[in-house]
Amino acid sequence: MIIAAIKPFKLEEVREALTTIGVRGMMVSEIKGFGAQSGHTEIYRGAEYAVNFVPKIRLEIVVADELAEPVVTAIRTTARTDKIGDGKIFVLDVEHAVRVRTGETDDDAL
Amino acid sequence: MKRLAKLSLSAGIAALSALPAWAQEAAATVAEVAAVVEKGDVAWMMTATTLVLFMTLPGLALFYGGLVRSKNMLSVLMQCTMIAAVAMILWVVYGYSMAFGGGTSPFWGGFAKAFLAGVSLDSTAATFTDGVALPEYLFIAFQMTFAVITPALIIGGFAERIRFSAVLAFVVIWLTFSYFPVAHMVWDASGLIYNWSAIDFAGGTVVHINAGIAALVAAIMTGKRVGYGRDNMAPHSMTLTMVGAAMLWVGWFGFNAGSNLEATAGATLAMMNTFLATAAAILAWSAIEALTRGKASMLGAASGMVAGLVAITPACGTTGPMGAIVLGAVTSAGCYWFVTTVKHRLGYDDSLDVFGVHGVGGIIGAIGTGILCAPALGGTGFLVEAGTMGAQVMAQIMGVVVTILWSGVVSVAALLIVKSLFGLRVREEEEREGLDLTSHGERAYNL
Repeated sequence: MIIAAIKPFKLEEVREALTTIGVRGMMVSEIKGFGAQSGHTEIYRGAEYAVNFVPKIRLEIVVADELAEPVVTAIRTTARTDKIGDGKIFVLDVEHAVRVRTGETDDDAL
Repeated sequence: MKRLAKLSLSAGIAALSALPAWAQEAAATVAEVAAVVEKGDVAWMMTATTLVLFMTLPGLALFYGGLVRSKNMLSVLMQCTMIAAVAMILWVVYGYSMAFGGGTSPFWGGFAKAFLAGVSLDSTAATFTDGVALPEYLFIAFQMTFAVITPALIIGGFAERIRFSAVLAFVVIWLTFSYFPVAHMVWDASGLIYNWSAIDFAGGTVVHINAGIAALVAAIMTGKRVGYGRDNMAPHSMTLTMVGAAMLWVGWFGFNAGSNLEATAGATLAMMNTFLATAAAILAWSAIEALTRGKASMLGAASGMVAGLVAITPACGTTGPMGAIVLGAVTSAGCYWFVTTVKHRLGYDDSLDVFGVHGVGGIIGAIGTGILCAPALGGTGFLVEAGTMGAQVMAQIMGVVVTILWSGVVSVAALLIVKSLFGLRVREEEEREGLDLTSHGERAYNL
């Protein structure tokens, strides 16, 4: 499984790149977080608020082992803007997978 | 509004008395003739009355609602709605009488017109023109919408922490002992401030300073919101705040140009000034922000808009258009400085800057009115007998000082009474949870 946090406006580009290399599904959620990019300040009539968490998109993609590296590369090349806050990618092992409709398991379920 | 308020006798009675007068002495003076009600004036003033209601519902409600956190949105909308309802009933029960009941005390109008006693389809109220009158019902309705918006303005001072019952009790006491008497003092022909010849065309003292001081006192006595200065209390919807501010501007034409009471050139001057002072104030606030912070914000432009509207309120009938531009810009700068710098130094929590915008803007506007009505500056002239700027400004300052003291004292007393009856604040955990759920049992947004 690949978990990635990316800039929200990059989502469509990343989805296209992943479907081209054969990824057939992914989970997407809107999240907030911080890393090297550390938020910003908002000012309302002189009242300053530090907004420490920045909106990001979290992708979760489960693929067969041989597709993992191409997925990481595709995300890294498309989500990149060369500016702070481009995000992070994590790769994890998945123990088991089941397709709900058919009961197929593991690679067949993906 | 009204350098008037000497309500004429009911047209019916006047007509009856005029006829025999003519029969007996042919040379009866024209002044004896019953005042004429013009259909054009009636149509305009009914429109203006509706516009002023629109300022409160939904204008002010949305302007304020957008500025609070989403968990308190409904509490603000509900307080505005309930205050409107309470003020309307109170107005016809005794408010109108206390303000314009015909009593000759400089402080209040008596109870002669309580429950609208003596008001009929035939009774009239005077305008600025001799011999031209409005149906009294229309004058009552127009003035009623002013009694609605003034207490609604105050809730911005204690928003996000006040107990609902406390709001209602406070409004009843404050309207009774501050709004009705001050309206009488400023606008009734027997009123104290009226007779000093202070100019307050549409309610700079009666509405804005009156409400601004009450909000300041209420903000201090209620105490700061939990987490003030630490938690993020950013407005939950600048979109609704802009929508509400723009509705206020539209409604304000009823407020200012309607205060002319007739569909005449005087009303069109008030209309022009209500455009221009506001435009200048928006530009001033945004320019200051852009220069000092590098970015011009929507909240800044909306705040400038309201500051300009407040500023021109007392002056709109007596200032020239160029004077209006100056007054709007200067007041905007004054309010900006107050809400961004002075307030934070003083450390009180006036949640939505009612005092900073309406109080400070009202004071600058009221005093500026005394300067800009000068014919040399394009104004329509001084009202004071001495006929000098110094005397006019002095009359303006005296009106401001009396209003500040009156509203301040009444507000302190009213809040002490309400505190002992109901308590002012909700419990801390209710405040954290939000007033929408804990006071009203519903949520503004179920997305």
